[in-house]
Amino acid sequence: MVHEFDAVIVGAGGAGLYAALEASKTAKTAVVSKLYPTRSHTGAAQGGIGAALGNVDEDSPEWHAFDTVKGGDYLVDQQAAKILAEEAVQAVYDLENRGLPFSRTPEGKIDQRRFGGHTRNFGEAPVHRSCYAADRTGHMILQTLYQQCIKNDVHFFDEYQVVEAVMDGNRIAGLVVFELSTGEVHLFKAKAVLFATGGFGRMFKITSNALANTGDGPAVLARAGIPLEDMEFFQFHPTGIRGMGILITEGVRGEGGILKNSKGERFMERYAPPLLDLAPRDMVSRAIMTEIQEGRGMRGDRKIDDYVMLDASHLGRDVVYAKIPDIADFCKTYLAVDPAEKPMPVQPTAHYAMGGIPTNIHGQVCTDDVVYDGLYAAGECACVSVHGANRLGTNSLVDLVVYGRRAGRHIADYVKNADFAHLPEDAAKRATTRVSKLKGEKGKHPGELYERMQGVMMEKVGVYRDEKPMSEAVAALQKMREELGEVRVQDGSENFNQEVLSILELENLLDLSLITATTALARTETRGAHSRRDYPERDDEKWLKHSLAYLSGNEVKLDSKKVDTSIWEPKPRTY
Amino acid sequence: MNVTLEIQRFNPEDDKKPAFKKYSVTVDPTDRVLDALMDISRNQDGTLVFRKSCAHGVCGSDAMRINGRERLACKTLIQDVTDDDNTVIKVEPLRHLPIQRDLMVDQNPFFDKYRSVKPFFFPDEMPEEKENIQSQDERAMFDDATKCINCSACYSACPVLDKNTNFIGPAAIVQAARFVFDSRDQGLEPRLGVLDTADGVWPCENHFECTRVCPREIKVTKLINLTKREIKKYREARGEKTAEPEESK
Repeated sequence: MVHEFDAVIVGAGGAGLYAALEASKTAKTAVVSKLYPTRSHTGAAQGGIGAALGNVDEDSPEWHAFDTVKGGDYLVDQQAAKILAEEAVQAVYDLENRGLPFSRTPEGKIDQRRFGGHTRNFGEAPVHRSCYAADRTGHMILQTLYQQCIKNDVHFFDEYQVVEAVMDGNRIAGLVVFELSTGEVHLFKAKAVLFATGGFGRMFKITSNALANTGDGPAVLARAGIPLEDMEFFQFHPTGIRGMGILITEGVRGEGGILKNSKGERFMERYAPPLLDLAPRDMVSRAIMTEIQEGRGMRGDRKIDDYVMLDASHLGRDVVYAKIPDIADFCKTYLAVDPAEKPMPVQPTAHYAMGGIPTNIHGQVCTDDVVYDGLYAAGECACVSVHGANRLGTNSLVDLVVYGRRAGRHIADYVKNADFAHLPEDAAKRATTRVSKLKGEKGKHPGELYERMQGVMMEKVGVYRDEKPMSEAVAALQKMREELGEVRVQDGSENFNQEVLSILELENLLDLSLITATTALARTETRGAHSRRDYPERDDEKWLKHSLAYLSGNEVKLDSKKVDTSIWEPKPRTY
Repeated sequence: MNVTLEIQRFNPEDDKKPAFKKYSVTVDPTDRVLDALMDISRNQDGTLVFRKSCAHGVCGSDAMRINGRERLACKTLIQDVTDDDNTVIKVEPLRHLPIQRDLMVDQNPFFDKYRSVKPFFFPDEMPEEKENIQSQDERAMFDDATKCINCSACYSACPVLDKNTNFIGPAAIVQAARFVFDSRDQGLEPRLGVLDTADGVWPCENHFECTRVCPREIKVTKLINLTKREIKKYREARGEKTAEPEESK
């Protein structure tokens, strides 16, 4: 079937829904989502959304922008960070005005808590900047935006998986989309397409990400010849539940929780004295891995899956159950631990992709030389770049609200004067052939390949990186991409064929894994979350630039994009 | 340990009616039931289908009946449903919604009812470039209701829906209550047309099954009763009658 819309939004998390709300004011808009909208992973964000409201401490957007730039180890585009911090304030008021139930101060204002790397007066001390709704801020944002979409009659295509983006030169022409319930392949013709498909943490074995976070948007665009930016920068959140990776919010440390090693030492005293447990995430994750590798993990065997303890028991039962009730619930469910009584076993968990689809401050996909007309991206799958080499806690929600809204507004304007590009009638042919080939002869199950990819990425492209393991990872991933051709489904049905979907997802993850491993191998410096044992220093002379990676067959070709350092001169990043 | 999952299978493309199929899986007692289901679909039988996403109880995708009780497969550990090696764990789709295939049900009727209560903000007034002021006590009034993830577990467990398929169901009332008790919202008035009807709040008979199965531990029945009381108060103040049927009073 062929559909025609002014704008198609791919993904129904925070960025997609906000963009849809804005775009649908003038444009005939459809939201295409692989999940029911309220299932999106925005709903799992816990700790809060950073904005310099100054409700608890004195604060300013300028300080927020600076923290963001410094937190990102100066690979942040500084004007974009300034916009992020300035527009965050009104964005939070807008969400509240649309019903979002923020927690409140005693005066009835939006309450704020401390979060890693957010400071007063350019690094003096931690500041209360994160606006929160208990420990389910993302859930509230997702619910509020979906509610507003219902109120405004936004048109949804639920459980539709995008498989290809069709370009007409440097213009978007439309999308090829797989409908899960029928197996039908649809064509969506559109003047503007926004990708807001979220993250791809599922390429790693231990991750906080949902099973659905398979990087569909970036992978689809990479295969359409669009470069991806800064893919070597992947954030490991310091505190995932041991073995499972389920996120324990930084808000626990914001409320006073403390990390301890097997000797009971508060080891962050040795790594970041002024900010301690509230240092940025890359630093805390490295500190944990160093403790483990030096034998001070809880088991003491120096293995990559050893763990440390996060202690919140001294905060008292009232604080734990009022401020982090869901965390208490997770710990009781999965660990049989009550955090009001006992510390929680934690280890770093793959959490957030700083890199993704390169955009400018309007959400338009672009390189230094080209703007791809009608093509947009926002949220985690995009790279504006406001997170640079390491994202600060709470800035993901800020990013998707501020830049989801900006992209939606730009689309609403753009479609007024734009035409449809040429979408060939047989555009769906390749996808249809691919799906029937999967169902054709007998072949391997996808399970083993999936696990192998996650294991290789976790061990060889994880918190600490080195040339040899990463070269091995690149070779292994290239081999796996070839092996994927031998994978077949057992399920021959047309309706609800989850197996076809899972192989399409695996293909996306393999493509993005190869790009991540290749760009990480190429960047011979340490910056933010990209931490090379063989190149332990930041190298501004050679590497103060964004990487751009083009997927070409089984190879990745590298290029670069300028970094905007127009406000603050890069300095050593110490806390 | 080794367990057997006895799973209800049904594909309308091939089958006349649902039938159970057994799968043997090796698991740790602390694995999730979802892990066992994923192991089956990835490594044993690719034709088994079910919904899933966050895998830690916040997205609401994988509600199903496990040993006869509504649960999220990702929030249920093997040791929660069995202690013994070689026991059988029965897995079935939710009730009161049409089966699409295997453990997947059509949630559209559920979401239609959800949308019918106007689950969005009707502000009294809009402040300019500031937040509405709301006290901590006012905020606490509707906190429980904000936790709902639309998983449909309560909708499946509700005995009233066995006999009255038009009942809007527990989750829709929880979603309404989230706004009815929010001091910033116009509250009851915009939603009376749905709540105060024969298929609105009144069919609830206080079986408490919704409260028992809610994976978010929302006191669902309590919220329904508070909403009923609020409607009565509203009608009494205006000298009007509620739509509560005489026989249930």
